[in-house]
Amino acid sequence: MPEPTFDPSAMAAHPSDRGRARAAVPDAPAGAPTIVVVGHGMVGQRFLEELAERGLTPEAGGARVVVLCEEPRPAYDRVRLSSYFDGRGPDDLSLVEPDFMARHGIELRVGDPATAVDRAGRTVTARSGAVFPYDTLVLATGSYPYVPPVPGRDARGCFVYRTIEDLRAIEAYAKGAATGAVVGGGLLGLEAAGALKGLGLATHVVEFAPRLMPVQVDEGGGAALLRTVEGLGLTVRTGVGTREVTVDGSGAVSGMALSDGSSLAVDLVVFSAGVRPRDELARECGLALGERGGIAVDEECRTSDPAVFAIGECALAADGRVYGLVAPGYEMARTAAEAVAGGRSAFTGADLSTKLKLLGVDVASFGDAHGASEGALDVVYSDARSGVYKKLVVGPDGTLLGGVLVGDAESYGTLRSLTGSVLPVAPEELVLPAGAGGGPVALGPAALPDEAVVCSCHNVTKGAIRAHGSLPEVKKCTKAGTGCGSCLKLIGQLMPPPADAGLCGCFPHSRSEVYEIVRTLRITSFSALLDGHGREEARGGDGCEVCKPVVGSVIASLAPTVGASGYVLDGEQAALQDTNDHFLANLQRNGSYSIVPRIPGGEITPEKLIVIGEVARDFGLYTKITGGQRIDLFGARVDQLPLIWSRLVEAGFESGHAYGKSLRTVKSCVGRTWCRYGVQDSVRMAIDLELRYRGLRAPHKLKSAVSGCARECAEARGKDFGIIATAEGWNLYVGGNGGAAPRHADLLAQDLSDAELVRLIDRFLMFYIRTADRLERTSAWLERIDGGLDHVRDVVVHDALGLCGELERLMADHVAGYRDEWAETINDPDRLRRFVSFVNAPDAPDPSVRFVPERDQVKPDLELLAGPVLAVRTLEGTVSR
Amino acid sequence: MTTATITTTRQSTPSATPATSAPPATSATAAVRLAHGDGWFTVCDRGLLTPGRGVSVLLPDGDQAAVFLDRSGRVHAVGNRDPFTGAYVLARGLLGSAGGRPFVASPLLKQRFDLTTGACLDDEDVSVPVFAVRVE
Repeated sequence: MPEPTFDPSAMAAHPSDRGRARAAVPDAPAGAPTIVVVGHGMVGQRFLEELAERGLTPEAGGARVVVLCEEPRPAYDRVRLSSYFDGRGPDDLSLVEPDFMARHGIELRVGDPATAVDRAGRTVTARSGAVFPYDTLVLATGSYPYVPPVPGRDARGCFVYRTIEDLRAIEAYAKGAATGAVVGGGLLGLEAAGALKGLGLATHVVEFAPRLMPVQVDEGGGAALLRTVEGLGLTVRTGVGTREVTVDGSGAVSGMALSDGSSLAVDLVVFSAGVRPRDELARECGLALGERGGIAVDEECRTSDPAVFAIGECALAADGRVYGLVAPGYEMARTAAEAVAGGRSAFTGADLSTKLKLLGVDVASFGDAHGASEGALDVVYSDARSGVYKKLVVGPDGTLLGGVLVGDAESYGTLRSLTGSVLPVAPEELVLPAGAGGGPVALGPAALPDEAVVCSCHNVTKGAIRAHGSLPEVKKCTKAGTGCGSCLKLIGQLMPPPADAGLCGCFPHSRSEVYEIVRTLRITSFSALLDGHGREEARGGDGCEVCKPVVGSVIASLAPTVGASGYVLDGEQAALQDTNDHFLANLQRNGSYSIVPRIPGGEITPEKLIVIGEVARDFGLYTKITGGQRIDLFGARVDQLPLIWSRLVEAGFESGHAYGKSLRTVKSCVGRTWCRYGVQDSVRMAIDLELRYRGLRAPHKLKSAVSGCARECAEARGKDFGIIATAEGWNLYVGGNGGAAPRHADLLAQDLSDAELVRLIDRFLMFYIRTADRLERTSAWLERIDGGLDHVRDVVVHDALGLCGELERLMADHVAGYRDEWAETINDPDRLRRFVSFVNAPDAPDPSVRFVPERDQVKPDLELLAGPVLAVRTLEGTVSR
Repeated sequence: MTTATITTTRQSTPSATPATSAPPATSATAAVRLAHGDGWFTVCDRGLLTPGRGVSVLLPDGDQAAVFLDRSGRVHAVGNRDPFTGAYVLARGLLGSAGGRPFVASPLLKQRFDLTTGACLDDEDVSVPVFAVRVE
């Protein structure tokens, strides 16, 4: 059984971090006080942020601040720890902005926990041997997982569920395991069970109490939860304890003996039987502790030594409780920071309301969930069939005291905020489902008083939220919604409705609505769409620069299905395309174009390389390697494009669609063929995918990559769809992005065969094309749509909407209908007609497109374009005007 | 970005012809002419224009014009130079209409110019020249 984790190698791995942190600390003014913070978890980090807000950090001229952190990395979001298994890495979970410590001059020592406190001498000693004098000491040591003292608890295959290192260890061990058990059916236990199931293990949950989540829900709620959890394929045993973990000859876990005499055969055990405050430092230095542990603090979060504070899960609050939730921890951090600043603030207790989605089931409890108050009455709705259970606890005078919601927690935000006030309607009307009895009562957020607390993590009221006009603004100004996130839905409802969700002044529809209209009515012309479905005032007009390319793209995406021409320059579609699509090249700042031939997977023969070189040389083009493993040729005049492409097509090149909102490139590493680490043929897969999806029109550009092993040299997780090889097949990641708003792609499915991979990408891309907004990359789309990644997975993996057949058909139509736009263009005199600089002088080159030398190549002559009046060439010769 | 102001000096036309041609009273083979200097400069056959798009025209003095055909059949012409970038590209922008008035959006940075007045709809200090047009 590992102790709360510490990776010794991390100390060696991070000396530079420590050096940097120290170097960033400005010389503290003589006599400046020093604050030492022990522990850098969620609450420790919040304390630092509260210090910074109060101008108490060194950069602001405040105290020297030293933070001793046991784990090998700065604070991360432990509440969302399980999302590590969805592919979120430590960086995604981090709670610390990359420059936070440097900006505030805080000295953070990761992997260097405090080992002793000398209160008389006011020093803290770290494991590295460093000694730090303090004026104020803040203990934010958190808690450790309680492991019941059963025989075998230290065996190989026993784990706890607390840190990223714990999860990594579980993930690694699960590879050789078939069955797992979680000891503890509370909140964390069910999270751990979900994780084991996600790792492919047959999973048991063993809970000593008679029901699941005994702290949060009552018997009825526990029963509803049990049915749903069992429905997901987990085996649950309640009312039994663990007597022993049995071990095989090699010292590894082989099973569990339970208190009722039964046994389970398991390969892996996760203990999740609650947490205990980490109070050993406090104990050793003689601070007062509670009878059952926890560092005793007063309402200001001061311990029995006024120079020492304790906050978060290690503290025994003034109301005699140890709080294991993050919201009270944050409140304590604020209280202590206020006290350090010389102000007065008090932490007298906290709301234990919680709302979670566990294994896909909504579970919420708030206020007096167990009806412990005197005279409390229950109002219960229970539907065993659908796994919904709702209970409101009401006082004799009709005041809402608390409640439990399982299976449907829609009304949580409103109900929690109403707790403590007399309900405006009969309570039973709030728990009955829509359509029952006298009909549903939608007790909307309008019913809330302005002083109702909507975000309990940050203590933000409805009134404070209503002072802002948009969700991003609310988050920025009030921090509401940035804690546990359970109030986000309610905040959204409090925001004014968007003025108009329409695409532009011409269409009242969003892009996805336009897509549905075109698809279902099989519309193939812009004017028919505008006149039939545009805004009244725009009908009969010309559309605009916003809707025309959108409609062009939608019709192109659906061309084979609705019976439109797949060639983007045909008929009326020609007038819809942005200039890049119109000339099948990328417009550059001086009016010239750049050309990117497709080089699938980045693989190219020497012969083809030579052709590109010769073409660039013959036409005087500037050449540059792109980030997508292709070659960009700059500086072509519009009349040169067909000549250049004739050469390229003859050599076997085709359009790279760098000009379109379409698939750009599928990058690859060299893969198993050459690389000694590769486990799959990433180049072949990249080429296959690039050729399959080439030319596909989408709401925005699409990028992809395939890596041949987990080293990820192709940077697939920065792509719209990225593929990483595994020993068994391929992992598919979606929604990644580089650029201005980087986002790591999320794992959609793992260990896929070639055919499974292609089928899932087909569905994913078509679902994106169908539902995304104009110019919305997959990353933003995934963040925006209701249900996020889970919803997308439900639709494209589990076919929850019954759409997959159609999505696959649409893609099959695209693949079958693909033709190279450039080959079609150069073979068609009609289509070539537009590629002239001047309609009245087809053979005259554009005199405004000129170049000057730079580093042995050319660049645009911008001086030529700079002035309001230009020296230009007449048809006959050069004159100066 | 510096914004160059260009005054519309070419509004003074040889006759009282409106800056924009009337709806198509003539066949598709009619010639499109621009007011230029003291006379009318023939550009091309109307049939060469695509509704909703533009073409570039090289004028005898080396200047360039952008000529558009809108959905209702009217022909418009403005200077081809995008005053925000200096590049001669307006003919490659997308034609649209707002409040019944046609405009072109620059293909570079998307500023819109009213095709009947030359005024930039996104920056009141900027405009492009407008050419009177005849289709005959």
